[in-house]
Amino acid sequence: MKRKNPFDLSFSLLTAAASATVLLLIAGIFIILVKESSLSIEKFGIYKFITAVDWNPVKEIFGAATSIYGTFITTFIAMLIAIPTAIGIAIFVTEAAPNFLKGPIGAAIELLAAIPSIIYGMWGLFTLAPLMSRYIEPALQKTLGDVPVINVLFQGTPMGIDILTSSLILSIMIIPFTASISRDSFNLTPAVVKESAYAMGATKWEVIKNIVLPYSKLGVFGGIALSLGRALGETMAVAFVLGNKHHITASLLDPASTITVTLANEFTEADTDLYLSSLFYLALVLFVLSFVVLAAAKFFLFRAERRHSR
Amino acid sequence: MKVLKLFTMVITACLSALISFGHASENINAAGASFPAPLYQAWAYDYNKATGIRINYQSIGSGGGQRQIVNRTVDFGASDDPLKPEQLKKDNLIQFPTVVGGVVLIVNIAGVKEGGLRLDADTLSKIFLGEIKTWDDNRIKALNPKIVLPAKAITVVHRSDGSGTTAIFTNYLAAVSADWKSKVGEGKAVKWPVGIGGKGNEGVANYVRQTSNSIGYVEFAYAKQNRLAYTQLKNRAGNFMTPGFDSFEDAAESGDFDPKKDFYTWLNNTPGKNSWPIAGATFILLAKDKTAQSAKAVKFFEWALSNGDVKAKELIYVPLPKNLKDKIRAYWKQNSL
Amino acid sequence: MKLQKRRKIKSFLALSLSTAAALFGLFWLIFILYDVITHGIGALNLSLFLNDPAPPGVEGGGLRNAFVGQLLITFFATLIGVPVGVLGGTFLAEYARGTKIARLISILSDIMVSVPSIVIGTFIYAILVKPTGQFSGWAGAVALAVIIIPVVLRTTENMLSLVPWTLREAAFALGAPYYKVIMQVVYRGAATGIFTGILLSMARVAGETAPLLFTSFNNAFFSTNMNQPVASLTVTIFQYAMGPYEVWHQQAWAASFVIMLFILVITITGRLIIKWRYKK
Repeated sequence: MKRKNPFDLSFSLLTAAASATVLLLIAGIFIILVKESSLSIEKFGIYKFITAVDWNPVKEIFGAATSIYGTFITTFIAMLIAIPTAIGIAIFVTEAAPNFLKGPIGAAIELLAAIPSIIYGMWGLFTLAPLMSRYIEPALQKTLGDVPVINVLFQGTPMGIDILTSSLILSIMIIPFTASISRDSFNLTPAVVKESAYAMGATKWEVIKNIVLPYSKLGVFGGIALSLGRALGETMAVAFVLGNKHHITASLLDPASTITVTLANEFTEADTDLYLSSLFYLALVLFVLSFVVLAAAKFFLFRAERRHSR
Repeated sequence: MKVLKLFTMVITACLSALISFGHASENINAAGASFPAPLYQAWAYDYNKATGIRINYQSIGSGGGQRQIVNRTVDFGASDDPLKPEQLKKDNLIQFPTVVGGVVLIVNIAGVKEGGLRLDADTLSKIFLGEIKTWDDNRIKALNPKIVLPAKAITVVHRSDGSGTTAIFTNYLAAVSADWKSKVGEGKAVKWPVGIGGKGNEGVANYVRQTSNSIGYVEFAYAKQNRLAYTQLKNRAGNFMTPGFDSFEDAAESGDFDPKKDFYTWLNNTPGKNSWPIAGATFILLAKDKTAQSAKAVKFFEWALSNGDVKAKELIYVPLPKNLKDKIRAYWKQNSL
Repeated sequence: MKLQKRRKIKSFLALSLSTAAALFGLFWLIFILYDVITHGIGALNLSLFLNDPAPPGVEGGGLRNAFVGQLLITFFATLIGVPVGVLGGTFLAEYARGTKIARLISILSDIMVSVPSIVIGTFIYAILVKPTGQFSGWAGAVALAVIIIPVVLRTTENMLSLVPWTLREAAFALGAPYYKVIMQVVYRGAATGIFTGILLSMARVAGETAPLLFTSFNNAFFSTNMNQPVASLTVTIFQYAMGPYEVWHQQAWAASFVIMLFILVITITGRLIIKWRYKK
């Protein structure tokens, strides 16, 4: 185009350089993390590091399995709570709510996303954890604790500082992400299609189930994957109430540790090179993990977009 | 163009502000053990009032203190887990003690008051090994015939970070329990058989406060300031001791602080009749090659050795005896600080 | 007829469930807001803003250092992050509009937005703290800037794309070079949108804690020297809430209240601006 002007050329180069920082940052993070963790990578390898359950700073044996397990289990349970709730919310604000409520409630839910995670964490420690240990967890133990198979999930002392509390806080944090993306996808369903279904006598739920949900499937998947990425990388909200214990446990009332919590607690305090290097290695694992999940999210959302533009 | 002009104006304003920031008052950055943190922060507060110099001491754990001084990201590090002379030589560091303190057990059991519960080395190690699981266990009951203990599960609270308090505590447990020594071992961070991990002495104290039927170990000042119920503990001579200044001082007296070994020593399970069994000195680490900053740190500790004893006693730390202080001063000189 | 009724009941049940879900979400929002507000307001006092921290046991400490530190770090993070973000977004929406590389960069930015912030903290520790041998306010500001860049970049790209192409053509027809068109026509058209994006990105980083833990660290004293560790509200909240002292808990609540108020005000303002400007 019109790039004869020297100012124009330099301005375009400047903007190009600025946008290239994103590429540089992603490549930079990856390379630096690999470089810093090389000591640990050499010592433990990839497969062994990921599968080893021993995290023992005294003997300088580091395995990531306990932290990875903690990350997955808290994320999984959080998603289990968050997905149905978020989709319910999206249905409510797009279809079920009276018109004057749609806007305010949608906005209120989105405000949940603006509250910083450190406040969730602190609130969790001071308010939620005591409630969990005093009322909710004993009640769960009383009711579900005797059911065979399920009871392994509710063994141990209800302390409030455990996987269940952390997952609950995490779910409250990610509900808004999933809900707002689902809502946006629901809103993309063409009104004509919905109206013709109503005209044929379909109930609201039938319209939602047979028309809106299938139509916005990909967008909802994208929203779920996006909040999955968020949950994997959340630090402060869980750091307060997870209890920092490196082990793999079936009980939801046990403390655990996630990759992020391990980093937050141990990073400035690691005293040997191998220890620090292993922590960088953990950060690398988390980076790759969330990158893959987020890329998948983008893929779904991209496909969803394409479908609507067609 | 307006935007651009505004932008350049903001930038120049910031740059000039920055230059003036550069000449802020004298700062010393330090990090490490949370064990002596209440004291160092109190000292720093007074030192700042007396001299205007700021000692920014961050309580991050002894492991962190060692790491950050080895990496030279702080001006001095603090650790309760003394480094061996070989290690110091390798990292080009020097080390000296500041005060002695005691590690105490704190519990949160309804109805149990300060000094109300009695423990001995055996029950203590079994609680932390997870072998004694409830408070009404017969082995605990046998030591405490007079108090009613709940039939509730014990929640053990330990440190999640690399900690000198843990080093002192596990050094003690390893000394008194062969089982502990073989199964867990000792160090700043160990693989705990049971329990939840709090960050710093602060975190452990906080979790014990928040969690019913829990037990944790902290430096005495944390128990005292938070009015947490500490326990009695049986010492090597067979007496049940209440933690406090006298019993810590008794433990400190047995310490063999030798400047030639960079004062490396432990004060656990000492034989004194009235010794508190879990005690330790806390140490400062300085970089030999960062002379200017190390000299500033030495100045601060010279001030603290001369003026800080009252504050230390107030917070139940045992000040060092005079002859040891002189040894430390000589040690500084010898390292030309 | 029966079938009809069953369908109606089913529909009613499903919609009730969705209402319940919305109430569940609202319940937590109100619960958290209420808790932070009641505890926070109770602990607010003037000395919180005017004094620096006192050691436990000494009366009258405050968090002046952390308030100022937080502002400094956020300010410099914005100063570093926003120009890069705006220029980068300009490239994607203007010079590289519609190209494959633009698509790739905007997808990667979206991913960057959600990369765990603690990973960014470790990255900055490795490149800024370790080599300089110093925790510093700068390291904290750069860490937050890394979070700001992709957010601002994407908003800018979107906002510039909304400016009608015909507007640019009109300016070209007058013989203006592209860079002038961008600065004087396109930026002007998208100014509100970009500004809102900047506001929202500031709200996002104001609540960040994890990337500051290993970078700006913490400072018990009042310091505006960005080459030294700088206190921040969020790291202080972490330290104080985890600590055992009642006074600390009080101050952590108060600090949380202030930071939440700040973020909610910015977020709501941002949203109102968007609504007012783009949804007419």
